[in-house]
Amino acid sequence: MRYIRRNRLLVMGIVIVGAIVGMTILAPWLAPHSPTEALEGQRLLPPSWEHPMGTDNIEQDMLSRVIYGGRVPLLVAFVSALLSLLVGVMLGWVSGYFGGYLDRVLSLCMDAIYSFPSLILAIAIVAMLGPGILNMILAIFLVYIPTYYRVVRGQVLQVREEEFVAAAHSVGASHWRILMRHIAPNTITSVLAIIPFNIADAILTEAGLSYLGLGLSPTLDPNDLAAADWGIDINKGQKFLQGGHWWLITFPGLMIMLVSLGFGLIGEGLNDLLNPRRRQRL
Amino acid sequence: MSFWQYTVTRLALTVPMVFILLSAVFVVLRIMPGDVCIVVYGGRGRSEDIQRCQEQLGLNKPLLAQYADYVAGIARLDFGISMRTNKPVLQEILAQVPATLELALAAMVIAVLIGLLTGVGAAVYTDRPLDHGMRLFNVIAFAMPIFWLGLILQIVFAVWLKIFPVGGRLDPITGLSFEPITGLYLIDSLLRADLGLFVKVLQHLALPAITLGLVLSGVVGRISRANMLEVLDKEYVKTARSKGLPEGRVIVHHALRNAMIPIVTVIGLQFALLLGGAILTETVFNWPGLAQYLLRAINARDYPAIQGTVIFITLFISTVNLLVDLFYSRLDPRVRY
Repeated sequence: MRYIRRNRLLVMGIVIVGAIVGMTILAPWLAPHSPTEALEGQRLLPPSWEHPMGTDNIEQDMLSRVIYGGRVPLLVAFVSALLSLLVGVMLGWVSGYFGGYLDRVLSLCMDAIYSFPSLILAIAIVAMLGPGILNMILAIFLVYIPTYYRVVRGQVLQVREEEFVAAAHSVGASHWRILMRHIAPNTITSVLAIIPFNIADAILTEAGLSYLGLGLSPTLDPNDLAAADWGIDINKGQKFLQGGHWWLITFPGLMIMLVSLGFGLIGEGLNDLLNPRRRQRL
Repeated sequence: MSFWQYTVTRLALTVPMVFILLSAVFVVLRIMPGDVCIVVYGGRGRSEDIQRCQEQLGLNKPLLAQYADYVAGIARLDFGISMRTNKPVLQEILAQVPATLELALAAMVIAVLIGLLTGVGAAVYTDRPLDHGMRLFNVIAFAMPIFWLGLILQIVFAVWLKIFPVGGRLDPITGLSFEPITGLYLIDSLLRADLGLFVKVLQHLALPAITLGLVLSGVVGRISRANMLEVLDKEYVKTARSKGLPEGRVIVHHALRNAMIPIVTVIGLQFALLLGGAILTETVFNWPGLAQYLLRAINARDYPAIQGTVIFITLFISTVNLLVDLFYSRLDPRVRY
């Protein structure tokens, strides 16, 4: 506990992420307007007291859109990171523990995916499956499996050689029991520190896809609340950049940066916390 | 094992890797979406259109035969004909490569300069304000949505201050009369001994390269810091210090030189990240490269072009990784083959 309080990075990260997630959940109560409401005669207004983040080209209040805009990115990032975690960790356990032919094939596949630019892979998947939240989750989930797989497999290879594993074998424990009771718990700490970085990366990938117009369906009804998405808003605001309408892109982008920074800080903090040797140095 | 034996082994390992990647591309682009031609024509196409498309892409054959055609096509470097322009896809891709390459290399130079400086600085001044500042910079660079950074730089330096152009590789008028030699405009302008042109090219390149370079510098900085910390702990650094060498010499000659080996490798392996960032940077700055080609292909549902670009990137990344590995084994004589 003492370490957690002394760990400023972790605390900063948790505060940022907590604030943004809270804002997103409480959006209906916090937003002054509906994100899709057209406020008559208030087109492309710069930030003012009435509209702290200005209004866009279809007379919507940017503050409200920014407050709502985190729903899709956060949902996509959380769900896809959870799925990558589950699949990646399980494959890592099985591959590392049983080794052999299965391990070789899996490792090759994972290395192949890992070496490929994740955004381009995600773009290819979404381009073929078509836009939409589910397809985005599927694309981002597939792309980040190797991140977990590689770390977990490496850990299992180490732990497998420990004497307590040999001891468990000698008293006749089943493979399943050894994997679950003796090996798995020893790999969890290294996984923990990856999760925040993975979520941060997933948020950036979602934002990138949305910015490129491959995220949510472009034909989505603009009155649909899901149409308020930071990446999409930047895509739409970009056209008005040359006219000097800076507020259309600045605030949604700032949110993307803040939330992924928050997760990055949590990751750094966790690293310090879980890795005592590094902790001494920092 | 000699270096050449190692090279052969490493090459032999690359082949199944490339094969797996290409098969994955086949699954993602051919099998997952179902019938590509129905995807291409959006379900409302006339049946003869779809039939023609199926014949053109060979989709009327059984899946295994399609896979054989696919692999054979790649082996012959035949990526098919673009449905949008009716030109060979490979030829179109190769025309886009220099633009992306120029952007990527310029960004890499910026990333390495900033990253080494901040990373080494942070390692030398561990736990001091400088270290905290540089670590924060690295975390922010990691968290930065690259397209947003690009747009902000664009609005500040191109729209408001008008120091740099908004986008493109050259202004349209100069672009018309310009005939590329290598396709790398910086080199082309020097080959033509045209200093004015060189400055123009540099002005266009500046903002995209800084955008991409800044984001990547976070990764370089993080790796440099970690490796420097490790090396600074080594006995030979203590020896150098106890000999009474000036600190600057210890850091540059004794520590940094040894830390460079892993740093160089990791930088080489960042090419994948670089390409992902390039796709967004090219979009922001309207840079006519590979990424723009891929996006145009996606929007036009030009299936052979999409597939060709992804395959090209696959082959490219595999080659770069192979070269980095071989380079690494040469660079560090301690590497056991």
